[in-house]
Parts: sequence; C-alpha cells; structure tokens
Amino acid sequence: MSITYLEAIREAQARALAEDPRVFIYGQDVGPFGGAFKATKNLAREFPGRVLDAPISEDAIVGLAVGAALEGMRPIVEMQFADFSTIAFNQVVNQAATLFWRTGVPCPIVVRLPSGGTAGSGPFHSQSLESIYAHFPGLFVLTPATVEDAYSMLLAAVALDDPVVFCEHKLLYYHLKAGQLPTEALPIGKARIARPGRDMTIVAYSALLHEALAVAEELATEGTEIEVVDLRSVKPLDTDTIVASVARTGRLLAIGESWPWGGVTAEVVARVAAEGLGLLDAPPQRLNAKDTPIPFHPQLWAAHRPIAESIAAAARNLLKL
Amino acid sequence: MNTPGTPLPAPPAEPSRDLYLRAFQGLLLARALDDKLASLYRGGKISGGLYLGRGQEALSAAIGILLQPGDVFAPLIRDLAGRLAFGETVLEVLQTYLGSPLGPMRGRDGNVHRGRPRAGLLPMVSHLGAMVSVVNGILFARAMKGIPGSIGVASLGDGATSTGASHEGLNQAAVERLPLVAVVANNQYAYSTPVARQYACASLVDRAVGYGFQGTRVDGTDLMACLRALGGAFHRARQGGGPQMVVGDLLRLCGHGEHDDGAYMDLRLREAPFGQDCLKQSEAFLRQSAWATAQEIEEWRNRQIQAVEEALNLVQHDPPVDPYREAWQALSTGPGDIHGE
Ligand SMILES: Cc1ncc(C[n+]2csc(CCOP(=O)(O)OP(=O)(O)O)c2C)c(N)n1
Ligand SMILES: [Mg+2]
Repeated sequence: MSITYLEAIREAQARALAEDPRVFIYGQDVGPFGGAFKATKNLAREFPGRVLDAPISEDAIVGLAVGAALEGMRPIVEMQFADFSTIAFNQVVNQAATLFWRTGVPCPIVVRLPSGGTAGSGPFHSQSLESIYAHFPGLFVLTPATVEDAYSMLLAAVALDDPVVFCEHKLLYYHLKAGQLPTEALPIGKARIARPGRDMTIVAYSALLHEALAVAEELATEGTEIEVVDLRSVKPLDTDTIVASVARTGRLLAIGESWPWGGVTAEVVARVAAEGLGLLDAPPQRLNAKDTPIPFHPQLWAAHRPIAESIAAAARNLLKL
Repeated sequence: MNTPGTPLPAPPAEPSRDLYLRAFQGLLLARALDDKLASLYRGGKISGGLYLGRGQEALSAAIGILLQPGDVFAPLIRDLAGRLAFGETVLEVLQTYLGSPLGPMRGRDGNVHRGRPRAGLLPMVSHLGAMVSVVNGILFARAMKGIPGSIGVASLGDGATSTGASHEGLNQAAVERLPLVAVVANNQYAYSTPVARQYACASLVDRAVGYGFQGTRVDGTDLMACLRALGGAFHRARQGGGPQMVVGDLLRLCGHGEHDDGAYMDLRLREAPFGQDCLKQSEAFLRQSAWATAQEIEEWRNRQIQAVEEALNLVQHDPPVDPYREAWQALSTGPGDIHGE
C-alpha cells in the first residue's frame, strides 16, 4: 500500500471527523465535490452534515469558524488556495489570533492553506504565506514536508486549543508517497534532522525539504556532508535544534519559498546569529524566492523559487566562504 | 426552517408598560454612564478614545432588553445601552475604560473592545463588519449541535454596511438560514462621512431583500417603535423565520469620538424626526401616557447617576495593571506544552 501527501491530509480529516464530534469542515467546494484538490474526497458522504460548501467569502468563512470555536467546535477551514486567504487575513490575524489573549477564551480553529507554486499557476495560485502569518502573535504556523507529518501534524493541529495556519504544499500533493500512515509523531514545534552531516546545515521546510535532500545527496558524491533540518513548524520555531546543528557543522544555509524580505529564513539567520555567532565558520546564508510576483511560465517559475540547482550553487558558494 | 404553508406562530404581544419602563431605565443608565465617561475623558483619566452612544440608546437598549439568556450579541461602538441591558455591569464598563486588571479585558484591550464571549457578549475587534460572521458561527454551531431557540444580533453602523466583511457575513447568514438579526443604526454619519457618500440605495433596508433577509425600518428615536420592531424581528428569527434586518433611523448626537466636535455635521438634521433625542422623546411619552410622572423620572435618573458613582468608587480601589506580572503570552497552549518559540 502507498499513500500520498494529499491522501494523508484526507485521512487525517476523516479520522478527526470520526473521533471528535466537534470537528467539521467548511470551505469552497469541499462538500460532495470533494474540494478543488480532492482533500475532502467522499468526506461529505461519510460524515453527513459535517463537510459543508461555503460561499466564496473567505472572511466570513474564517469568522464563522471562530464563532463555532467559541461554541466548542473544532472547525477545519479549507482555503481553496493559500493566496485567497488574504481575503480572510483580518479574521485570522485580528480575530482568531487575538481572541485568547484578549479574553482568555481559546480559539481552536485550523485553516488549511494549499500553498506554494506548481507549474503554470502564476501570481495568484502559487503563494507561500507562512512568513507573513508567522509574523503575527497568537498563531501556530505549520509546514509539513512529509506524508507522515501531513497526517500527524494535521491531527495535532485539530487537537491544539489555538488557531493553526496549516500550510500544505501543492507540489507534494500527488507525488510524495509513503508506505503507510504513521503511528507516532514528533511533538508540534520540534524540528527534525532529516539527514545528518558535518560540513553544513541547510534549514528547510515544506516542499524545499526535498530539494535540500537532493542537494545533500548530490554534494555527498563530492565529499560534502550536509545536515538537513526540517523545521516542520515555522511558528513556533525550534531554535535549539537549529543551533545544535550549526554547532556541529559551522555553516548555515536557510531556504524558503516565501519572499526574501524578512520571513522564516531571516528569522532563522537572526536567531543563529544571536545565539550562536561563535559557532559559525562563515557568514550565514539564506535563499528565498525572488522578490517579484510569482511568474506563470514554468521556466520562469522554476527560476523564481529555490530549486536543487540554485540551492546547490548557494551551498557550494557557502563552502568557499 | 419556515417552510411555505407553515404559518409562523403569533407575533409577540405589544410591548408592555413593564418592558418599556425597564428599557427606559436602560436609557437613563447608559446616558448617565456616557456622561460620566465623557467627564473622565476630559479629566484625562481614560487612555485612548471615547465613543459615546448619545442619541442611539433607544435602538440599542431595545436590543439588549429583548435578547434572552443564551442569545448572542455583537455590539458596536455606540451600544453601551444595549450591552448594559444585555447584562454587562457598569463596573465592568468602568474597569475596561480605566484599564483595571480585574475587568474582563485586564488592560489588554480597552474602551468598546470588551465582552464576555462565554456569556454571549462578543468583544468586538475594531474592523467594522468582522463580527457578523462570528455571530453566524455561534448560531451555525448551535444548529449543528441541535440546540434550538437562540438568536444572535450583530450591530452595524451605516458605515459598517459598506465593508466586504459585512456583505460576506450577511450573505452567509442567509445562505445558512441562521437566526441572525442585523441591526443597523443609521446615524447619518460614519465619522465625518455623510450617508450620501456611503451608499446609493434609497434605504439600507432595501438591501435586506437582496441578501435574503426580511427587512424592517424603524424610527430609532422612538423607544416603543424600536421595542416593537426588534421584538417582531427577534420573534421571527427565533421561530425559524430566517435572518432579519432592522434599520433604525437616528442621529449621532455627539462627535464621532470625544476628540471630535462634529463641526462638519449638518445642523438641519437636528430638525428632522430622526434627529430627536430618544431620551427626551421617551420621557415625553411616559408623561403623556401617564406611565410615569416627571418626578418619578427625575428620581430614576438620579438613581442611575448614583449607580454610576458607586461603581466608579469601587473601580478606584482596583489595583493597577503590572507589566511585570503580565504573562506576555498570546497562545493558550502553554510554553511547557510546545517546543520552540
Ligand atoms: C474596517 C474599518 N475601517 C475603518 C475603521 C475606522 N472607523 C472606526 S468607526 C468608523 C466610522 C463608523 O461608522 P458607522 O459604521 O456608521 O458607525 P458609527 O460610528 O456612525 O456608529 C471608522 C471609519 C474601522 N474601525 N474599521
Ligand atoms: Mg454611522
């Protein structure tokens, strides 16, 4: 048996619905149609009345989820694309994320964002918004890179008492496969050493984990041992695991698919500089998407986001510093 | 849901003298508290802004007095009267304005951004229109859990009706057939912007049919008319008649906030029927109908002023907020339960 990243997301939702009567799913086309990507395939049939099509009203979709959470429910919202969550931005960052702090009443909602580029998707169906959500207090921002994490972290997200922005990468939906669903998982907020190495640390998350692993494989043939850290969660950020890795390797390259001004990679570099400057043998480096909207043409798009070639070039450059 | 052919149960009885008098006490209390807040503001005792509900007490108090325990109310900035009538205490109001750590917002949020979600009183975020869908969510969850009978009110101003969030929320309420009552206080201005620059339909109530709401327009300066209109709308919503919109015509009898003298307001509006002071109108009604004497009204007014003074005395003994004892933690999940930061 094999299961894809997308199927793992579906299975996690099916399990959450089966095990917890407080869970329901609300989003555009998630009902009988099963969602734009089929992440809710058959769920409306299996769980009647609990997987519901919403009007094209991202703001009101998240607002409704907040109200339902106040009433003791555990809503899962599917944004059709991460890009459209900007319409719901106010409800996420000002309503959901401030509620507990302001009132002491928790707000357990999960907002799933089909994130990241796919060839031909262009400026408005490709965005990676983890950095901007992570900037706001009061949210968890999770970025699973593996089938196992997609499953277990989504279940963990539903169990959390706080709002969670769950960034799932569309590029992984169909191609990333695992033999079976996991039976245990690392806790939320804990990063993972995806590949050990001694010469350099690449900190990655989401789809770029796989680009980083490919680069590590390639550079291993040249005698360079790269340690790859999979953040799993960008907020909270596991500084300890990152700094411990840099202590072993002396070199840091942080990579991310969101834009270069600030964001997750800048935060990683800042924390390593603040807490482990003396551990570094070379200036810390980072690589992000280019500072333009995301291009439509597959060849432009492939040059816009970090991929194995550009990451390998950055890694080789870092080795020379 | 009210299927065709199923007649709705009888409308509620005409507002009684008792209901009217209780609502009137709410008008007196809200006006007394607003006046006290204004003087505290002028004395520099209130941080941030102060936004009064003067002129809007009748519509607002009618909401609070007609809602029942278990119902949901998302007030906006000029709903002091409605909040008090729904159960908020004068003490809580003062604690929030004065930043007491013992108040519901504990100095973390202030002025109109206060509430007790567990008691059905939602703490508004500033972003106008954003509370509509949150009320929807509570009603939606209740329907899902099979808990019937409760309704929710979302207050809107004429300005708030122009936001995308309010359009999304109102449409959603109709699509989900929720027992939402949207109460629009059309006070002729949004800050300095007159309604002519806010919307171009003949009346905001015309939008009700477009959303799939039942709409009612009411003289917001007439307490009896407000009790009647809201009583009917609440009744229909509670009985499964679908979402309701009540638009009250009235005038903001103050600046936008106490920092604003409202010099831009057209004084001729004060001559219009909707430009009258609802408090004076209801005092006249009480005397004419012989439901109360002028002397009784004065006694009641003084009693409410006294209640405000007593609460103020209490708040002044509250401890100050202490930044060193503040948890500075935005998540409910404790730092011990998660890795990273
Ligand atoms: C989305 C949004 N934009 C701007 C503001 C700033 N603001 C606060 S109150 C107000 C006017 C609101 O007018 P209206 O809805 O008519 O209510 P009123 O003040 O007249 O009661 C404005 C512009 C806000 N709170 N929210
Ligand atoms: Mg107004």
